[in-house]
Amino acid sequence: MTPEKSGADILVEALCDLGVEVVFGYPGGAVLPIYDALFRSKRIKHVLVRHEQAATHAAEGYARATGKCGVVLVTSGPGATNAVTGITDALMDSIPMVVLTGQVPTSLIGSDAFQEADTVGITRHCSKHNYLVKDPAKLGGIIHEAFHIATSGRPGPVVVDIPKDVQIATAAYTKPGPIQHKTYRPQIKADRALIERAVDLIAAAERPIFYTGGGIINSGPAASQMLRELARITGAPVTSTLMGLGALPASSDQWLGMLGMHGTYEANFAMNEADLVICLGARFDDRVTGRLDAFSPNSVKIHVDIDRSSINKTVRVDLPIVGDVGHAMEDMIKIWKARQHPKPDLTDWWQRIAGWRAKNCLGFTDLPSDIMPQRAIRALWEATHKRNPIITTEVGQHQMWAAQHFDFEQPNKWLTSGGLGTMGYGLPAAIGAQMGNPNALVIDIAGEASIQMNIQELGTATQYRLPVKIFILNNQYMGMVRQWQELTYSSRYAESYSDSLPDFVRLGEAYGWKGIRIETMDQLDSGIAEMLAHDGPVIVDCMVSQLANCFPMIPSGAAHTEMILQGAEVSGEMDDAAKALV
Amino acid sequence: MHITQEAAKRHTLAIMVDNEPGILARIAGLFTARGYNIESLTVSDVTADKAVSRITIVTSASDHVMEQILSQLDRLIPVHSVSDLTAMGPHVERELALVKVKGTGDHRIEALRLADVYRARVVDATTSSFVFEVTGGPDKIDTFIMLMREVGLIEVARTGIVAMARGKDPA
Repeated sequence: MTPEKSGADILVEALCDLGVEVVFGYPGGAVLPIYDALFRSKRIKHVLVRHEQAATHAAEGYARATGKCGVVLVTSGPGATNAVTGITDALMDSIPMVVLTGQVPTSLIGSDAFQEADTVGITRHCSKHNYLVKDPAKLGGIIHEAFHIATSGRPGPVVVDIPKDVQIATAAYTKPGPIQHKTYRPQIKADRALIERAVDLIAAAERPIFYTGGGIINSGPAASQMLRELARITGAPVTSTLMGLGALPASSDQWLGMLGMHGTYEANFAMNEADLVICLGARFDDRVTGRLDAFSPNSVKIHVDIDRSSINKTVRVDLPIVGDVGHAMEDMIKIWKARQHPKPDLTDWWQRIAGWRAKNCLGFTDLPSDIMPQRAIRALWEATHKRNPIITTEVGQHQMWAAQHFDFEQPNKWLTSGGLGTMGYGLPAAIGAQMGNPNALVIDIAGEASIQMNIQELGTATQYRLPVKIFILNNQYMGMVRQWQELTYSSRYAESYSDSLPDFVRLGEAYGWKGIRIETMDQLDSGIAEMLAHDGPVIVDCMVSQLANCFPMIPSGAAHTEMILQGAEVSGEMDDAAKALV
Repeated sequence: MHITQEAAKRHTLAIMVDNEPGILARIAGLFTARGYNIESLTVSDVTADKAVSRITIVTSASDHVMEQILSQLDRLIPVHSVSDLTAMGPHVERELALVKVKGTGDHRIEALRLADVYRARVVDATTSSFVFEVTGGPDKIDTFIMLMREVGLIEVARTGIVAMARGKDPA
């Protein structure tokens, strides 16, 4: 007979069996037995964050940069509620994550006990699935199932709530075999007949475009290779969502840049004029489509997605294909090659694209006095791209400038909060990414407002000697809020000025970081070089032109063809219907 | 600015789910979280081992939203199957109601006479009241309750709709 172990020991053993190397967490009363089991086991590295929200973003960063499942351990009540933002963020961006929460003992559940919160109730609709474990004998199986659900199909966060008495009570545990879930069976392999029709459509198209997304990154590095091959043999242009950057190298001739609200002119016009859109692992988000009735109006649309509910959600498609996008592309390539399709002649199409590219929509004018934020990103790219860095961001103008001006050549190098748009994501995500890639150069491109939302994590990087870099584009405004106030509210800057900013250099130094301030153009390259030369964590406060705005831009609710380009006069007042759009 | 809404059509869904704690909150919460509407909801376990429950939901939605409702339900982990009985073709819908009526004299006699017409059974009686049990489609129950208002209706309890496809195959 298998000897019995405590629930806490079962949990730790199950995590070891699942290959978990690192857990991001914060202790508290309701998880003390688990922390003691971790302490005794010594087999799993624990990263102590300074706030539970940061544990979830660190786990997301780790997951996104390594392709493994992120693991979070927090206590009951405030521990769990603080984790909710990161759980929701992982759901929106399809990040595999298992969140272990302590809970008050089963006998006290529902009694408003100290640090009690209805964690399964609160997280039910912001997680892919969740569990309340009431029996230690079921704990091991649930942990294995939770990892299976988090990492398979469309990945997402799974919450396992474990009451304190279940952590202490004993039961037997044996490592289960491969999981065959009775109801959860995501469709990996797409229907071959549909793939064949997709190949027919691609071969016959005159103006095709691949519209790719985070699903390709989630499918694993092989999927990015498949995309490169598919693009090569079909000769079609490729654009991507914010989440999909890096799947196709930005240096590829076929790369049009990101599409959507802050996408390139060529990507958005090509989407608008295309006769065939092949959507691969993206979900027609409102930031991508602009006004729905004007979105790619004359195209036949193919949509490959592992989540059936993403298909026909906002945009009706002609050929829905449910399955893993990597497998689907592999099958498309095989069929294409087996049929010996020649590379289609898309000369006319590429000529039109060249015309749109000639707009040089990402161009900007340097100022003699100030550092343009776009210039700062380009300088950062110049200085670092040979080291293949991992870039994280916060949320706002700096995030869009990074997406536009930092060119990614590989998947899993770009970590950003896309769906939920969570300010405060970048620093903890950088910490998680650095934990998973100790030798990589990890840089959080930040804004001076966002960075303050999880600034306490400076201490975490110090404690674990993580040499992460923070590069703040400091324009002393919540720039994206201000930009929208200019567009929509006649430049009435309600609460968008970043007043009473800390001295970031001295703040970093107080935490044991190196601090660097860049104020003029002649300090830009040398400041970046100094940042890279330091082998510990560095915070760079780069003062940039205060009133620069992020262009090109499709105003909310406008069509792809109604882009505002750089330098346009944009201040004004919009009508109520436009104000109501997000 | 005014907020407009899409035209909706009534659908009856049969959802087979694991009979586990929180499953009803998971299903009902999905409807509220995504702005779908529930007109009627019934749930009961239906297998010998009590492991699987059948949930019947009546909702109304445009065709486009209906497609989303089905795929959103289908991707919940404890959901075995989702059937749109309305889209599948002919099906039967039944509901049970308990209807309490108070009255004496002519009202009492008229209540009994109407109950007979609607095949409602008397399941409780006092000298001044009846409790009727009536089953049928929702329209029949609505009509019966409307008639009872005129003869002393006190209160109504309705089960909500249960439904099943016609023919030999399961939903």
